[in-house]
This record gives sequence, C-alpha cells and structure tokens, in this order.
Amino acid sequence: MLADNVVHFARVLRHAGLAVGPDRVLAALEAIEAVGLARRDDVHAALSAVMIDRHEQQALFDDAFAAFWRDPKLLERMMAELLPKISGRGDRANKPRSHRLANALAPTPVGDAARPARQPDDQIEFETSFAFSDRERLQRADFESMTAAEFELAKKLAEEVPLPFAPVRRRRHEASARGRIDLRATMLAMARQPETLVPRFSRARSELPTIVVLLDVSGSMDRYARLMLHYVHGLTRRYLKVHTLTFGTRLTNITRALRHRDPDLALELASAQVQDWKGGTRIASCLDDFNRHWARRLLGANAALLLVTDGLDRDEHGELTRAAEQLRLFARQIVWLNPLLRFDRFEPRAGGVRALLPHVDRFLPVHNLASLADLGAALRSAPDARRRTIARWN
Amino acid sequence: MISPTALPPPRSVDDVVAALAAENYVADRRLATSVYLALTLKRPLFVEGEPGVGKTELAKALARALQAMLLRVQCYEGLDVAQTAYEWNVARQMMEIRLAEAAHDVGDAASRERLARSLYARSMLIERPLLQALTQERSPVLLIDELDRADEPFDAFLLEVLAENQLTIPELGTVRAAPDAAPIVVITSNRTREIHDALKRRCLYHWVDYPDLDRELEIVRIRAPGAPERLAAQVVAFVQRMRTLDLFKAPGIAETIDWSNALVALNAFSLAPDNVRDTLGVLLKHRDDIAKMQGGDVTKLLAELQATARGEAPRAAPADAR
Repeated sequence: MLADNVVHFARVLRHAGLAVGPDRVLAALEAIEAVGLARRDDVHAALSAVMIDRHEQQALFDDAFAAFWRDPKLLERMMAELLPKISGRGDRANKPRSHRLANALAPTPVGDAARPARQPDDQIEFETSFAFSDRERLQRADFESMTAAEFELAKKLAEEVPLPFAPVRRRRHEASARGRIDLRATMLAMARQPETLVPRFSRARSELPTIVVLLDVSGSMDRYARLMLHYVHGLTRRYLKVHTLTFGTRLTNITRALRHRDPDLALELASAQVQDWKGGTRIASCLDDFNRHWARRLLGANAALLLVTDGLDRDEHGELTRAAEQLRLFARQIVWLNPLLRFDRFEPRAGGVRALLPHVDRFLPVHNLASLADLGAALRSAPDARRRTIARWN
Repeated sequence: MISPTALPPPRSVDDVVAALAAENYVADRRLATSVYLALTLKRPLFVEGEPGVGKTELAKALARALQAMLLRVQCYEGLDVAQTAYEWNVARQMMEIRLAEAAHDVGDAASRERLARSLYARSMLIERPLLQALTQERSPVLLIDELDRADEPFDAFLLEVLAENQLTIPELGTVRAAPDAAPIVVITSNRTREIHDALKRRCLYHWVDYPDLDRELEIVRIRAPGAPERLAAQVVAFVQRMRTLDLFKAPGIAETIDWSNALVALNAFSLAPDNVRDTLGVLLKHRDDIAKMQGGDVTKLLAELQATARGEAPRAAPADAR
C-alpha cells in the first residue's frame, strides 16, 4: 500500500517535470521506513531529501506533497485535468515532430538538390560544389530578407560555424612534451627501466570556458533571436558548458530546453518557456536581475559572456550603466553581438548602446551569417589565445 | 555495529536534533531528518545554500556529535587526485631505486620486477583525505567543502568514491572501505555552478535556508554569548528584516554572529543609527548594498523595529521615520 502510494507520487512528480527515476522511488521507500509515518513533516523532509535535487523544485514538490497527503485521488484528478497543459515526458514522444516530419512525409519536389547517392562520383562532386555556392550566396544575405527555405539552410549553417571562444588555461595539468616535470609519471617510467632517467612533463591544460549567452528576444530582435537560438542550440549540443538566458522584459533560463538533441523539440520547449517573446525591452532591469540571481552561479570559473542585443533601450538614471559595470566585474570576457550593425555607418546613438559599449571587450556585428564566422575568427585572436599559438581543438 | 564505535548512531530524528544541539548546532527538524537519513541509508548528504548559513558548521558539529574523525577537502579549481586522494612518495621511491642500484640489484628481470613492486607498495603512498576516509577503522565524517569551486572532472572522480566507497589506484588496485566503516559524506555547495545530476542523484539533497527569527535568536545566544539579550533580539530582528530587502548578498547567519560580537566589542547595548552605520561592513560585503543601507535605510529600519517592539503595527513605522 505504501509502496503503491510512493510509486504513484513519483509518477505525479515525473509528470510535473521532475526527474524521479525508479532508483529514487526505492530510496524514498527506504527513507520513509527509516523515519516512520508518525509525523507528516518528517515524511515530507525525507521524501524531499530523496526526490529533489535542486532548490527550484522545492515549491513544486511542496504543492504536490500537500495535495497528495490530503487525498491522492484528488491529485490524480487534478493531474488528469492539467496533463494536456503540463506536457509530461510521455506525450512529448507522441507529439508530431514539427515541419521536418511533415516535409519527410510530403512528396519530394522534382529537381531537389539533396538527391541521394548511387550516382557516379564525378556527379556527386558537382552536386557538392553546387550546394557550396548556394550556401555562399546565403551567407551574405541579411536574415530579414530571406525566404523560408533559405532560412532553414541558414539555421543549418549556424550550427556548423566553428566555436567562437578562445580556450582558457586551467589549473589542472596534462602530460605534454615540454613544461613542468611530472614526478609521478617520471617515476613510473623509471620503475619500468631503472637504468634510465627520462623526465616526463606536464603543463596546464587549456580548455574552452563556460559560455553564457544572454539573448535579447524583444520585438526588434525577432528574426535574429530565432537564428541565434538555433546557433546556440548547436553550441549546446556540441559542447555542454553553455548556459542560455533570454531577456526582453524578463529573464528566462532556457538552458535545459536547449539540451534536447532534437533542434525542433528544443526550440519548441524554449519558446514555450519564454513568455516575453517579441515584447518590449528592459535591458537594464534584466541585466540587474542577471547580476543578482545568476551571475554568481553561472559566471564562475572564467566564463565568457555572449550578449546578443541591439541595445535599443534608454539609460534612465544611469541604471544600465550600473548594471553593465557590475556585469563587467563578474564576467571574464564580454562579447556583444549587435544586429544593428546591419548598416555600414552605424553610430552608437541610442542611450543603451552608449551605456553598454564601454563595458564590453568586443563589439561585433551579427548582421549576416558571414559575421558569425567572423565572430569565431575574432574571438580566436583574443588576448589569451594569442599567448598559446595552437588551440588544440581547431 | 561491530566496529569499535564509541557512540551508537542516532536512532531517530529527535536523537539527531538533540545530538547536534549538544554540539551547539541548532538544526531545524527538516535538516535533522536529512542528516538522520544520511546516517541510516548511508548516502552522502548534499547541502546547498547561500554562503554563511552553516553548511560547513553542520559537518563539524556532526563529527563532534558522533565523536568521529573529520576529514576535510576544501575544493578549488584544478583540484586533482594528488591533493585530494593520494600521492606517491616520489622522494622515497627515488631513494629506493638508488639503493637498489647501489646494491647492484637491478641487473636481471626478476630483481627489476621486485623493485617495481616495492616502489608501488602501499607504504609508498601518501594518503590524502579521500583515501584516508576509506581506510579508517570507524566511519569518519568526510566534508567536501564548496564542491562548486572544483571543476567538473573532480565531480566525475568523486562518483566512484561516493557511490562505491572505493578508490582505484592504477598502480596498486582498488582500496575499499569496510562496510561498517564507510565514511559519512557531507558535500556543501554555494551554487556558483550546477553540480552534475549524476552526482546529485547519489546524494540526499538539502537546501539550507536562512533560519526563522526564533531559531536565529537561539543561534546568536549560543554563538555570541557576550551579547545582552536585548541587543541579540534587536540584531536578529534587524538582520531578518534586512534579508527581505533587495540586496546583492543578504547577510547569512555567520554575519549575524559576527555582527553581534562586533557590537559587543564596541560596548553597544542596543542598536542605534550610529553604531549600525559604523559596523555595516561586518554585515554587508557589497559596496552597493552598503551604500544603499547608509543612504537612509538604516534609520528607517531601526524606527520600524522599535515600533514593532513597542507593539505598534509595523506598517506605521516608515511614516514615523520620515
């Protein structure tokens, strides 16, 4: 009976989005056995110690627990009503897989460039070069004037553009041909061949920093934001240490949504989470919010910050300046991507742009796809990268 | 328990509350439940919370309460096996080789093999806290402090120790803790990064919140015994009110205790705008926060507190102050 209830409760939590696996159910049973059923607060504490693993889940857990303790049946009915809205894992799988699925089901149009193989080699070569030139043209196109098909291709490209951040040096060491003598490794070598002494070396490892993306999704950023999301999703998939927050009038952390491998699903989840899409802009208050609640959590360990915004906001009472100053103190390097650089004679006239500019390390255009590649090149030549001439992952 | 445990493990949540209280640690019942479960289910306890809410202190108090040895790993970036688990005593190994050479004992394959074995004997190992935690006769308390400061590879390395109570040393083999002497692990984190789910999954999770007024007052009474009752009550009420303000870093319990002691050192008997302003640096560590408080919030808060103490409606206070 107790086991049934715990299993049931775990299922409810799972529907609500908590990762409560069977191992936790077993642990929960053990935990309840240990504390006994005499006191409700003990059971609550025991279950929450076992079933949640981040503080944000506490409120949800508390609600579910309160409802469940009162009447498990009631909760079940509530869940049944809420289910279509909450969208647990089960029905995610059943959801039609977006327009890509629709495309796959639709008859192939005649003269499609992506014809399958089983053709002579020379012809394939021709095909690839054709595809390449097609992309080349696209790279120069401004996103705001692209057709739907081109837009799809641009998204693909954005995911293939190389990583734009220079590696940072860590304190952890790794074996190398030169550097500091590694006594342990030297010793191991000597033990194998006592008559020789061949010193082994190690040096500080360098790796890519954690990347935090702050993405403006307000009205003026609409198309750029979508494309940037695809780009960031590509980054997140290849390289897990990417955190993404969107802002317009409020700050939303969409990192978890973007961790889904399927781009359409990830983007869909992300856009469901973001509520201020195409809304207004309050850069100052969002940056301040980020400074207070996220910066210390995300910007440790030499993280790099990628700020994507057009900076079209006022700097009332110097609030934006203050927020930017503070942000400067938290982040090791700030790169600002600005789509307003669409025009050659861009001048930082808006108050927001002027307030942000002095506090960023790099100010880069993002007005067409070529500039994302430019960004990669520009970041590779960052001061840190210059010291080490070879970045390993190139 | 067959092992020579000096104290029997706590048998209920109340036992834990009492045992921690005896060590001057005021735990609320939720925290005590988590600790009790960690001891009973033999799972690591993952304690997260803002800085200065007594996470590290919990492990220390627990070790004292269980009369167990406290082993501490203070995390920082680049922490590696040599600093946390074990290190080969290279100087001794070198000497061993030299001696073998001097004795002309490295000529044939058999003697080489013998030398290699003696070089990587257990006695050549310098044990660091993680390995020590697995080799005790009685369960020690292993505190892994501020895990969020270490980098991700260290999380992965910890997995083996936490999940299996064992550590694999390539040159030597696997060191395993005796089942009844497995370490009691307390991991703390300030959340400057998210710890990997795989690691959290193996732990009991507890978020340490700021204490409520009564519990904080109790803590101040115990940890700042020099403070007069009136001052202690004012200090706690002031700090509690301050946490509701929009500050960069709200003061923790550690700051409350420090502040009480600071005020005692200044011979203050009650809070006044002057002594609060002078000692604000003990409580707040952000320039913006201090500037904000000094800009008039101190007087306002004090007036509000006095009004509450006199039994007036707290809402009337800000109007008075102006």
